[in-house]
Amino acid sequence: MTIEDYKGVFTFAQQVHGELSNVSLELIGKARDLAQDLQTDVSVILLGHNVSHLAKDLIAFGADHVIIIDDPVLDEYRTEPYTQGVTAIIESYKPEIVLFGATAIGRDLAPRVAGRIHTGLTADCTSLDIDPESKEFRMTRPAFGGNLMATIICPDHRPSMATVRPGVMVKELRDDSREGEIVNFDYTFEENQCWFEIEEVIKKVSHKIDITQAKVLVSGGRGMGDASCFEMLQGLADALGGEVSCSRAVVDAGWQPKERQVGQTGKTVRPQLYIACGISGAIQHLAGMEESDYIVAINKDPDAPIFNVADVGIVGDLHRIVPMLTEKILASRQE
Amino acid sequence: MKIIVCIKQVPDTTEVKLDPKTGTLIREGVPSIMNPDDKAGLEAALRIKDEHGAHVSVISMGPFQAREMLREALAMGADAAYLITDRAFAASDTWATSSILAAAISKLDYDLIITGRQAIDGDTAQVGPETAEHLGIPNISYAEEVHVDGDTLVVKRQFEDYSHLVRAKFPVLITALGELNKPRYMTPGAIFDAWREAEIVEWNRPDVPVDDSNIGYRGSPTRVAKSFPKTMKAPGMKIEEGVEESVEFIFDKLKEKYLL
Amino acid sequence: MDFSLTNEYAMAQKLFRDFAQNEVAPIAEEVDENHRFPTETVALMQKYGFMGIPFSKEWGGQGCDYLTYALAVEEISKVCGTTGVILSAHTSLCAGAINAYGTPEQKDKFLRPLADGRKIGAFGLTEPEAGTDAAGQQTKAVLDGDEWVINGNKIFITNGGEAEIYVIFAMTDKAAGTRGISAFIVEKGTPGFEFGINEKKMGIRGSATRELIFRDCRIPKDQLLGKEGKGFGVAMSTLDDGRIGIAAQALGIAGGALEKTVAYVKERKQFGRPISAFQNTQFKLAEMKTELEAARWLVYLAASKYDKGEKHSVEAAMAKLKASRVASWITNQAVQLHGGYGYIQDYGVERMMRDAKITEIYEGTSEVMLMVVSAALLK
Repeated sequence: MTIEDYKGVFTFAQQVHGELSNVSLELIGKARDLAQDLQTDVSVILLGHNVSHLAKDLIAFGADHVIIIDDPVLDEYRTEPYTQGVTAIIESYKPEIVLFGATAIGRDLAPRVAGRIHTGLTADCTSLDIDPESKEFRMTRPAFGGNLMATIICPDHRPSMATVRPGVMVKELRDDSREGEIVNFDYTFEENQCWFEIEEVIKKVSHKIDITQAKVLVSGGRGMGDASCFEMLQGLADALGGEVSCSRAVVDAGWQPKERQVGQTGKTVRPQLYIACGISGAIQHLAGMEESDYIVAINKDPDAPIFNVADVGIVGDLHRIVPMLTEKILASRQE
Repeated sequence: MKIIVCIKQVPDTTEVKLDPKTGTLIREGVPSIMNPDDKAGLEAALRIKDEHGAHVSVISMGPFQAREMLREALAMGADAAYLITDRAFAASDTWATSSILAAAISKLDYDLIITGRQAIDGDTAQVGPETAEHLGIPNISYAEEVHVDGDTLVVKRQFEDYSHLVRAKFPVLITALGELNKPRYMTPGAIFDAWREAEIVEWNRPDVPVDDSNIGYRGSPTRVAKSFPKTMKAPGMKIEEGVEESVEFIFDKLKEKYLL
Repeated sequence: MDFSLTNEYAMAQKLFRDFAQNEVAPIAEEVDENHRFPTETVALMQKYGFMGIPFSKEWGGQGCDYLTYALAVEEISKVCGTTGVILSAHTSLCAGAINAYGTPEQKDKFLRPLADGRKIGAFGLTEPEAGTDAAGQQTKAVLDGDEWVINGNKIFITNGGEAEIYVIFAMTDKAAGTRGISAFIVEKGTPGFEFGINEKKMGIRGSATRELIFRDCRIPKDQLLGKEGKGFGVAMSTLDDGRIGIAAQALGIAGGALEKTVAYVKERKQFGRPISAFQNTQFKLAEMKTELEAARWLVYLAASKYDKGEKHSVEAAMAKLKASRVASWITNQAVQLHGGYGYIQDYGVERMMRDAKITEIYEGTSEVMLMVVSAALLK
């Protein structure tokens, strides 16, 4: 068998406690593009216990085939049984491409599977495409702390496997009229030395605030007006999965605790997104945040120095813009 | 108990700057550090040593300069250090790297292997699980709490919004999260001992029982087709419009940058 | 002749730098503002062996040397002069004196807990009437059976009240002048040993600077340190060593101020460009750096002489003289280059300027250093 004999784009449908993870649907969306370029179809691997009913959702979001192993052993995610199941399906169907979400599950499962079937695996991809001429599958990912992008190929091994960063690919619109095949894959698990037991499933409790670890910071300055206006920022931060931070003036005024202060005498932050609201951008503040990946500034003063470091500067009334933006983001999440 | 901690020397990527003219990485003068997740893994091992007694070995694959990091590990309290170094191992991807590591580790006795979750230069998080696969032992990734309970290891294994409390028998491999602990500092005396007395065992190609087909560039299933700097920051733009237009503008920009 | 630090020193320097950055710097301003002894930092320094760097492992130390210790004081002082002097007074003056003059029994009982991090040490020489003129000691010690009975006051004692072990000096024979001074080891908690006023200072405000009061304080006979009547020699040679620590502290304060200034001038814009683009700034920075490096090599030379077992009294005096002056001058320039921002608390350089001044005064004023150096020249 040669590598040309491997056909089809496969994705792993992650479900947690019976609920499909968003990334599972995003992968199907991307897989459809790839399958179109390769003139093949999309199969989705679904593992779990009492999860068969999820197959119709996967089809509605674009799966042509759903291959299911439904077994009590798969109730909670455990590396070894999931590796056995996915490996068995790959070995049976011999797909050309297999995609996993770059999640705490996907980034554990995929390397274990790649190790077992001896193939290449590319981590945490943010872009996937097919070379129009060679039909080679190209996986692009950030490296070096996000400073460098690398395009990876897997020339001599199949399937080509990748984990894909959640939130990057776009899922298709749900279409319940779509049809697909559901296959119950027969597999007997082998309880080997790699088995371990789960004693407890612990739901996460709220964590301590650490603005230096936040991926998104919504930051308020003196222009917020008063302490109560920070509720509005918290709303936006929640919608973006981030934290609220602030300038020194806000801490001095007693509107926010010191642990949230950004700047020379506060913390130095480098989030993916920093939204500065009503912050003029004193040199002490800029020192603590100008390394942020993407900076949005909202300020009514068009000459505020914060605009010099902002990628997007909005001259306007934050008290009206912030709530509307929050609403719009929440609405887009609902879709 | 015998513990092996896999550590990697990495450039401190938080210190990396882009050349504003060419857009390329400025790597000169960037300090090398022990990968943070690996350091947390070493600290976890040292705490087990403090509490229950253990022999902690550190092992690293990399260039000759990685010896310095191994001495740092010794100065933190590790008992033995191994450096796997050979040109034949260069350009290995995660599959080949884990094959080499597993083969080297198989020469040692171990109950517990600890790796960091991921290295800050590659960010793959694959070498730990793949090494466990090659060794045929279980792996527990994303460890946020670890303790030894008799002849088992109890690990709190992190997922996005929940955790598992897992109990595994030895031997087992875990991958450590940076937030697992705050690594200890070296002590001045241990630094002196690490440089003046300790020995770092060096393993070259012949010392590692691994097949040629599984190492280096030729043993790597994946290839880097090209690498390029992240798109440079576009010069900032500033608009002065109505409220709705402003909201729309921000929203589109965030969407464009995958920030939503 | 090689002026670079070898591997173990470079790694130790990195350790001290990381420790200073992560553990000391975050509370430096607060410690200064509240005149608060940084107990939590000292506890960490104890845990990681920083309090016993130059002492042998036999006595619970790290088995390193004086150069390593000087590097520690320097790096820590870069971010906090307060923490630097706590380390210096403990190591050079108290533990150092016991290490040099203690009997094996005294070392086991007193040096070990100082070096392994269980206890803090202090050194009591200065009195209201005996500053630079150390020979004018009023404190008296009288042998009564198996005990020494001590009476008198010591002032300006670094680590006073916080320390548990004190090396102090008292007259055992008033008529004999400097040959009537003896050194003693006194533990905190000894009846008759109390603490008086804790001074409010211009700089190094987090360090304790207290009065020691002895009222019929009885200590066992075997807590005499060195020979009876030889205390002046103990004090002078201990201060010679201590000056290396203070010189390192001054070097650190100066280096920290220069680092902050270099960062600031690149960021601060005036007249449309960073102030680092102005030649006045550039030349000033060059002067600061040159002065700093000149001081550095005097400090490291004195430490190296100590480590080789060579005489280092003159080198220590020159190192302290130069480094303390450089610290005062550099921190002053740092404030100037920061302009108005330098004069407010936010940037830390005003604190460094206040901290720097004391290095020209304690453990021998600059004038005493000049005496030491000139005496050696004209001998």
